Amino acid sequence: MSVRVESARAGLLERAVRPLALGTGRLRDGTVAMGWAEVRKLRHDHLDIFTRSVQPLLWLFIFGTALQNNRTLSGGFHDYRAYLVPGVMAQAALFVAIFFGLGVIWERDVGQLQRLLATPIPRLGIVLGKATGAGIRAFAQGLVLLVVVAITALSIRWNVLDIVGVFVLLLLGTGGFACLSMILASLVRTRERFMGIGQLVVMPLFFASSALYPIAIMPTWLQVVAHANPLSYEVHGMRELLLGISAGGWLWLDFLVVGSFLVITAVVAAKTYPRAIL
Amino acid sequence: MTQLAPVEDSREAVVVDRLVVRFGEVQAVGGVSFAVDAGEVFGLLGPNGAGKTTTIRVLTTLLRPTEGQAFVAGHDVLSEGLAVRQSIGYVPQAISIDGALTARENLEFYGRVTGVPKRERVRRIDQVVEAMALGTFLDRLGRTLSGGMLRRLEIGTALLKQPEVLFLDEPTLGLDPTARRVVWDRLELLREEAGTTIFVTTHQMEEAERQCNRIAIMDLGRIAALGTPDQLREQFAAASLEDVFTAATGGRLEEGGTFRDVRASRKRTSRLA
Repeated sequence: MSVRVESARAGLLERAVRPLALGTGRLRDGTVAMGWAEVRKLRHDHLDIFTRSVQPLLWLFIFGTALQNNRTLSGGFHDYRAYLVPGVMAQAALFVAIFFGLGVIWERDVGQLQRLLATPIPRLGIVLGKATGAGIRAFAQGLVLLVVVAITALSIRWNVLDIVGVFVLLLLGTGGFACLSMILASLVRTRERFMGIGQLVVMPLFFASSALYPIAIMPTWLQVVAHANPLSYEVHGMRELLLGISAGGWLWLDFLVVGSFLVITAVVAAKTYPRAIL
Repeated sequence: MTQLAPVEDSREAVVVDRLVVRFGEVQAVGGVSFAVDAGEVFGLLGPNGAGKTTTIRVLTTLLRPTEGQAFVAGHDVLSEGLAVRQSIGYVPQAISIDGALTARENLEFYGRVTGVPKRERVRRIDQVVEAMALGTFLDRLGRTLSGGMLRRLEIGTALLKQPEVLFLDEPTLGLDPTARRVVWDRLELLREEAGTTIFVTTHQMEEAERQCNRIAIMDLGRIAALGTPDQLREQFAAASLEDVFTAATGGRLEEGGTFRDVRASRKRTSRLA
């Protein structure tokens, strides 16, 4: 009797665990496949990475140089350009990510999205794969930026572990913003409207964050907005790792907020994104 | 209620039972029933907006039916969506090749997302390259391929998983007669050698007449006629399938097809030209 109960339990466990394991496997395979495709695309078009890497350099060496000696904007740090490095790295990635939704609309207009939705990979896998794609572009841009920073001898800390941490934050944040972009894309559906919405979203995200200046110098209402902005946490963490300065707050909280942001936007995007095809 | 028993009957690759799809007030499919035998080429014809693409979307699990049932390869599209997606290949009307990847990379990509095991991928890709005659342009970027090459490549990517049922939505739209011929030759070979069931929608009457074992003509969300080309000609006392089509759809000027449908198909045609 008890043997039968045992085996029934085992069967139940089996039924619950195996699909989950298979599902996770398909999620991983799908994400890897989508990420792989993005890497291949980058290899066919490396010019894209370099042209996109110019914008953060302009911010760094024109905007940053103009305000080089300003101690208020750098929160007391001795070189505003170095202070800007994490900010412009995150900003360049944000711009890539937030317009990623355009690709989604394009793929709906052609047939790729329909194709993908009719394959066994889970919808979350499609979304995470796209997010990985955005993250890979951000990673490549970040590397270019770091090379330039090294050549121009800006005073950042060159600690391997810290730099790994910077890229982890960058990837999580970029993935999150890419998912946010996919959510917006599935709501607005046309390219023209999306361009408008993208601009509308990206500017407040950028300016109401700690990317260009410390949150502490903002008026209170804007501080509230900046504290609700995941980009602030992304930049805060990257700045602490790269420069060793903190505007208060904890590094683990930065990782937690940015990581949760990715999880939440990915789950929502996986729900809304397939509707884009209708 | 007498239930159709598709799960037991392996002869039927697709079973559609009183399928209804409504978008709000609009009824796109209004109670459609038909079955497709395993290994046959089944053509779904009809004017723009007749409900062909909607029907395909239900069968490929992209869309949930409002009422009724549908089974593909013995699996319920509603409750066993994953099993359905694992047994089908689908080539939508619009281009599903990534123009920024080469033909070979597209094959590799679709091999991965359709779950072809890693150790078999290379062999399957070789088979498909052979079957669809893709050898001459494997390393060209998707965006540089001609319409006929794109279609063969798309069908190739859908075959890697060796699907039981292959859904093709307007596979020869915008192709010139030579490219069309090549695509159909390859599909015929595939059916003969692998016994794949081919479910195709088309506007091309003479093409349907020549290629399909059986044809369903859809109009205003319903099946207006169903049978082999010969049966249909006999039933409507018509000389050609074109006349059957006109008789079955009442000879109205096309009323269906939204701006987006028309725009999409024209865009596609011009891009492939």
